[in-house]
Amino acid sequence: MNISFNLNGSATNLEVAPGESLLQALRASRVFSVKLGCETGDCGSCTVLLDGQPVNSCMVVAARVNGSHVTTMEGLLGDDLMIRLQTELVEHGAVQCGYCIPGLLISLYALVKQGPSCGGEIDEEVIRHALTGNLCRCTGYVKPVEAARAVVAAMEVPK
Amino acid sequence: MKVVGKNVTKIDAFKLARGEPVFTDDFTRDGMLYAKVLRSPHPHARILNVDAGAALKLEGVVDVIWHRDVKPIPHTRAGQSYPEPSPYDTLILGPKARFIGDRVAVVVAESVALAEAALDKIVVEYEELPALTDMDEAFTNSEILIHEEPDPQGISEAGKTNIAARIDKEVGDVDAALKTCDLVVTRDYHLPRVQASHIEPHISIAWVDEDQRLIVRTSTQVPFHLRRMLAQILEIPEARIRVIKPRVGGGFGDKQELVVEDLVGVLALRTGRPVRLEFTREEELIAARYRHPQRITMTTGVMKDGTIVANRMYVLADTGAYGSHALTVQGNTGQKVLPMYPAANIHFKMDCVYTNNPISGAFRGYGAPQGCFALECHIDEVARELGMDRLELRLKNHIKLGDTDPLSAKLGEGKEGLVRVVNSTGLDKAIELGCEAIGWGHEKEPSATHLKRGLGMALAMQGSGIAGVDWGGATVKLNDDGSVNLAVGATDIGQGSDTVLAQMCAEELGIPYDKVIILSSDTDLTPFDVGAYASSTTYISGGAVVKAAAEVRGQLAGVLGPHWECEPDAIVFADGMATGPAGKSMTMGEVALFALYQAMIQPMATASHMSNDSPPPFAAQFAEVEVDTETGQVHVRRFVSAVDCGTPIHPIMVEGQIEGAVAQGLGYALFEEVLLDRTGRVLNPNFLDYKIASSLDVPDMVTILVETDEPTGPYGAKAAGEVPIDGPAPAIVNAICDAVGVRMYRIPATAERVWRGLKEETR
Ligand code: FES
Ligand code: FES
Repeated sequence: MNISFNLNGSATNLEVAPGESLLQALRASRVFSVKLGCETGDCGSCTVLLDGQPVNSCMVVAARVNGSHVTTMEGLLGDDLMIRLQTELVEHGAVQCGYCIPGLLISLYALVKQGPSCGGEIDEEVIRHALTGNLCRCTGYVKPVEAARAVVAAMEVPK
Repeated sequence: MKVVGKNVTKIDAFKLARGEPVFTDDFTRDGMLYAKVLRSPHPHARILNVDAGAALKLEGVVDVIWHRDVKPIPHTRAGQSYPEPSPYDTLILGPKARFIGDRVAVVVAESVALAEAALDKIVVEYEELPALTDMDEAFTNSEILIHEEPDPQGISEAGKTNIAARIDKEVGDVDAALKTCDLVVTRDYHLPRVQASHIEPHISIAWVDEDQRLIVRTSTQVPFHLRRMLAQILEIPEARIRVIKPRVGGGFGDKQELVVEDLVGVLALRTGRPVRLEFTREEELIAARYRHPQRITMTTGVMKDGTIVANRMYVLADTGAYGSHALTVQGNTGQKVLPMYPAANIHFKMDCVYTNNPISGAFRGYGAPQGCFALECHIDEVARELGMDRLELRLKNHIKLGDTDPLSAKLGEGKEGLVRVVNSTGLDKAIELGCEAIGWGHEKEPSATHLKRGLGMALAMQGSGIAGVDWGGATVKLNDDGSVNLAVGATDIGQGSDTVLAQMCAEELGIPYDKVIILSSDTDLTPFDVGAYASSTTYISGGAVVKAAAEVRGQLAGVLGPHWECEPDAIVFADGMATGPAGKSMTMGEVALFALYQAMIQPMATASHMSNDSPPPFAAQFAEVEVDTETGQVHVRRFVSAVDCGTPIHPIMVEGQIEGAVAQGLGYALFEEVLLDRTGRVLNPNFLDYKIASSLDVPDMVTILVETDEPTGPYGAKAAGEVPIDGPAPAIVNAICDAVGVRMYRIPATAERVWRGLKEETR
């Protein structure tokens, strides 16, 4: 079937198979920042923004995004906040193999952009909660969390 | 030092953070086919016939192969130096399935979905055989033979028993010594089956190019071994094979083995089309490799004053259906661990058996996490029985500067090894700083009445490469603008070796780090290296880089000396400049132009490096836990690692290695376990049921680098990648015992197990 949706700011038409996941459809369209780690919704390396919300794209049937906005790392490469997040992760040594990193960055981006769902400040606890769905086998999460805290600390918190 | 020891920007970090297409699968070729493996539903069965007729009738299914279609060439998939210390007990596709999940047939089709659909249509005729899934039973039962093939090379007791490998080595006389001891303590420790769980699955793409060469783009730790193994089993010359390793999404030992590359190779040659095979997470947890499950019996004899007189370790291990790494992982369990307390009498014995379980193999730490768990828990037990402080017992007995390690000489890597002398150690300092950081000796108030707090510690040591076996090459070539190409066989799998090697190259040539362009692990383009395992890259491959860069520097001094009318030795290379006497100087770019266009030479060198030494890095690790006495739940509140890895070349990357290892070790201690039923079927082959640490599971970590200067290492460096995974499990389990008095002889120490322990305690 044919679906049309907004991918990273561009109107996009894709031919997808009935059971095909958004992860498969995106990778087949050469959107390679979206990584496959489990295809069971447990690792987060396939995280994308679906209408602004982070989701595991392996768990979303591609047909369902008809009419939606999908944002991946490719669509955020020029975004100031994303660049700040990337820079802090890199400088803190939070990127080891890097396989989990685009997905993890998308989760952090959504958190910092929207603030915690329960309101309040983005502290270490909140960051750790936001990253629970992004498994990283390399870093032990210490440096990714430090990097995220550095980004938050450097931002003027709007009252 | 201008570059070495500095936290330069990791060389590949930005492209990874930007999600650039740099991994094996971020790539397609026209006409690519997709392979899928049909796996055995039986733990032990002969494969009598495979009927693929219906599968091949499906539109888009191109080929189905099984054992009749491939030549039976016994080999090992271990991915080690040749000749491998692992038995040649494996075929690409064999006539017998030896575990639930063993390869039976392979499909290639125009899409993954089609290949999966074809799997359902294949009809296999099996003759089921009795199976052995219990390692004790496999050890004694010689009626059921898992490997009875006529000429299996290198199996310890081929055709007679199920023993894949054994070791029995002794220093001194343990039996006699035990009789003289004031106290002898014996205990059994049980180690689970755990999986590396790199987030990028095993994946390979192979195709035949216009020169009829087989190109294999693959997520591997051992590109050069892989080329050799593929040549052997596909029966084509190495010259016709090129292995390319792009970025790798984690390996941890699991990608040392040849797990998928032979299949894409065979199928690309057969079909003439590009073939891709990627494991699902389920396949990772069934058909990749595990840390060997073991039962370890420790017997230690001590005197009243705490002197350890004799130490005996007996290991029974389950290699599963095939014996890759059976000898050497288990050898390491003794060799990397027992030297921590160099008693006069040490006995190490192990039996590693075949079973009809999925396959064990290499996983970060390579046998040492098992041995370290047993030894470091045992030291606490000995201290308790002796009525001596557990820290004091360790301080009294642990290995010191200048000590030799006679066991290493006896064990080696599958052959007689070399005597190891400790030339550098920061262990005492690590213990001191670690104790301070965790607050050793200070009782802590639990946060609620049903909670109990405890502290635990463990000491660990490892090696830096395999002495006398591991080696690597590096090529350095100077360009017009003073930049250099550095080509290394060393394999960056995310640990950051490209960065560390570029740092060493820049330091040696006195140029900025960003002037180094690195290329790693392409068998057509870079020198040889054994690959990324045994904590060898910084120490061994780094040695090659330093030599090659120094040689290029010598060549430059050789052309500048006559030009400046001075001794070449008088020229200094630093800060991107060459400086001679009498105010002579040039930028590196000018030097390059002079060499290339006046002297007309290409400044370039290739060097090789091996070491007869494998200096141990040391770690002292400490856990503070809180145990819920009502539920048995263990919460690790703080974890301190003080690690001596020589001189850290890139401190925050070393910290990253340690923190990642602690998270993996935490899982080993508390929640990771691949569960099998009685037939060897994996019960939890997904990340929901096989849980690895998430951001909420990891404790507050303190990481301390204890700097020492290793005389045999490049810039004083030793290894860092493996040693920090050894201590977390025993430190945490010792802390549990400190908190509630329950000794967990079996890990993971799940809430249920701890709770049961508490029940028995109060009975
Ligand atoms: S691949 Fe989607 S959550 Fe793992
Ligand atoms: S950096 Fe390797 S999995 Fe996260």
